[in-house]
Amino acid sequence: MARGRFARWFDNRGWTLLLIGAPYVWLVILFLLPFLIVVAMSVATNTPTAPPFSFGGDHPWINLEPFTRVLTDGLYLRAFLTSILNAFVAMVLCLLIGYPMALGLTRVSKSWRTILLMLVILPFWTSFLLRVYAWMGLMGKNSWFNGLLTDFWNVLVPLDWAIRSVPMMHTNFAVVLVMVYTYLPFMILPLYASLERLDPTLDEAAMDLGSRPYQVFLDVTLPQSIPGIIAGGMLVFIPAAGELVIPSLVGNASQPMIGKIIQDEFGQARDWPMASAVAVALLVLMVVPTMIYSRYQAKAEGAK
Amino acid sequence: MKRSPVFLVSILCFGFAFLYIPILSMIVYSFNASRLATVWGGFSTKWYVSLLSNEAVINALVLSLQIAVVSATIATILGTMAGIALARFTKFRGRTLFSGLVTAPLIMPEVITGISMLIFFILMADWIGWPGQRGFTTITLAHITFCMVFVTTVVSARMVQTDRAIEEAAMDLGSRPWQVMFDITLPVISPAIVSGWLLAFTISLDDVVISSFVTGPGSTTLPLLVWSKVKLGVTPDINALATLMIVTVGIGVAAAGIILHRSEKRRLAEERLAFRNND
Repeated sequence: MARGRFARWFDNRGWTLLLIGAPYVWLVILFLLPFLIVVAMSVATNTPTAPPFSFGGDHPWINLEPFTRVLTDGLYLRAFLTSILNAFVAMVLCLLIGYPMALGLTRVSKSWRTILLMLVILPFWTSFLLRVYAWMGLMGKNSWFNGLLTDFWNVLVPLDWAIRSVPMMHTNFAVVLVMVYTYLPFMILPLYASLERLDPTLDEAAMDLGSRPYQVFLDVTLPQSIPGIIAGGMLVFIPAAGELVIPSLVGNASQPMIGKIIQDEFGQARDWPMASAVAVALLVLMVVPTMIYSRYQAKAEGAK
Repeated sequence: MKRSPVFLVSILCFGFAFLYIPILSMIVYSFNASRLATVWGGFSTKWYVSLLSNEAVINALVLSLQIAVVSATIATILGTMAGIALARFTKFRGRTLFSGLVTAPLIMPEVITGISMLIFFILMADWIGWPGQRGFTTITLAHITFCMVFVTTVVSARMVQTDRAIEEAAMDLGSRPWQVMFDITLPVISPAIVSGWLLAFTISLDDVVISSFVTGPGSTTLPLLVWSKVKLGVTPDINALATLMIVTVGIGVAAAGIILHRSEKRRLAEERLAFRNND
């Protein structure tokens, strides 16, 4: 069979080159390059030109002012603190609700398990925005849910403390509640994946040796599910900390989270270097837990 | 012995109530006759009528579907290539950077992805005059970029499980590398490719944050339209929209589940038959 030089080259090298090259080039141009531009932008100087930045001028090449502002200006520090706090509380609550749910899923019969797992995933396939919106309907002053909570509160407390409605909308509480709601599946699924693999005979062995159920949980189940806990925690914390939609819809506008700050610096203030510096700072904040996680995972792999 | 303690069962009930009561409430209130979206005023389907006769909603839906189909398809092609490359070529120059590039968009906060893409597009327009106007093209390019890494994750997870011996056998029998891929690899991993496409499609259809950065005048996707409406408060027609979306997705997921379940059953039966014939 006579094959041209091109065909031979294509079979030997070209085919591999194409498979690797096409997605590689795409990601370098449309992901890496934009990202590097943002990193470079974070040390540029804001100017009233279009586009509103320059290198040089008063600050020869590198201008560290945006970063010093991130670290000293109360506005940015408060926003970072709000983001971390909201994301952290949401992560802990997701864990507290998600862990027993994941454990429960491993204990129900197999046919139930398929249905219930599908029900965990189903909200993920519906619109994220509409899930946030569902809570706007529930938390509003006139809703049946708010009315229920109000009645409950009024029955429990003395008459003087009676309220007409529970002020839930536009608070950090609302932000955390909706974050827990939207990110709960991200916590349940990795937890379920790691709990499902556990050997039930270990539990039985511990029981036979005289452990109480809670001791079995603390000594046997919990330590083995730590990879799942870390994975779920990261999957909740990282998107929650950078969240833009939830705080903009149910959050307190006077306590902005970091995503809103980035958007405002870029859009309203037209200060690209500042927006980039805040973005880079947020990324550093994300990278630290990710590094801890991957190091932990590498260690766990090494131990095997 | 199977223990299902009362505590675990009750927290399961609580958890599913937490997940589904807001959705059910939204569905019930979509049939509310009252203008006040949260006060019950009798049964009515008028919000469905007003929703479906709202041209802005229909246009936004069409635009969103177009973007989702185009970006999911291209993202699936590129993402599958990347997944196969990562699983099959263990050594090539720049592999570390490549695997980093494939995971980074997964953990990058959406705000940062959005803003870096927007700055990129603005600077490109400034330097080389492209893209002249932001809209369909820029949204689609952005969606392809962050959807393809999800496809890669799904595909490479599947590639790890597949048997390389079949591919090697085909090579030994004289197939050329690209024939091996089209005749063996792709059919074997086709379930992963399908679920990758569906994942990319839903992620693209659902995206708000990145679209909100890279969109331009006149290009309002459905999530962007909903976001701008919902910012002003709760409106009854959005309840109707949510209900339609949930019903569609529910039927889709149930149908997909049944089809997958059946094909799995058939595959198992065929495998059993094949083994029996071998004996």
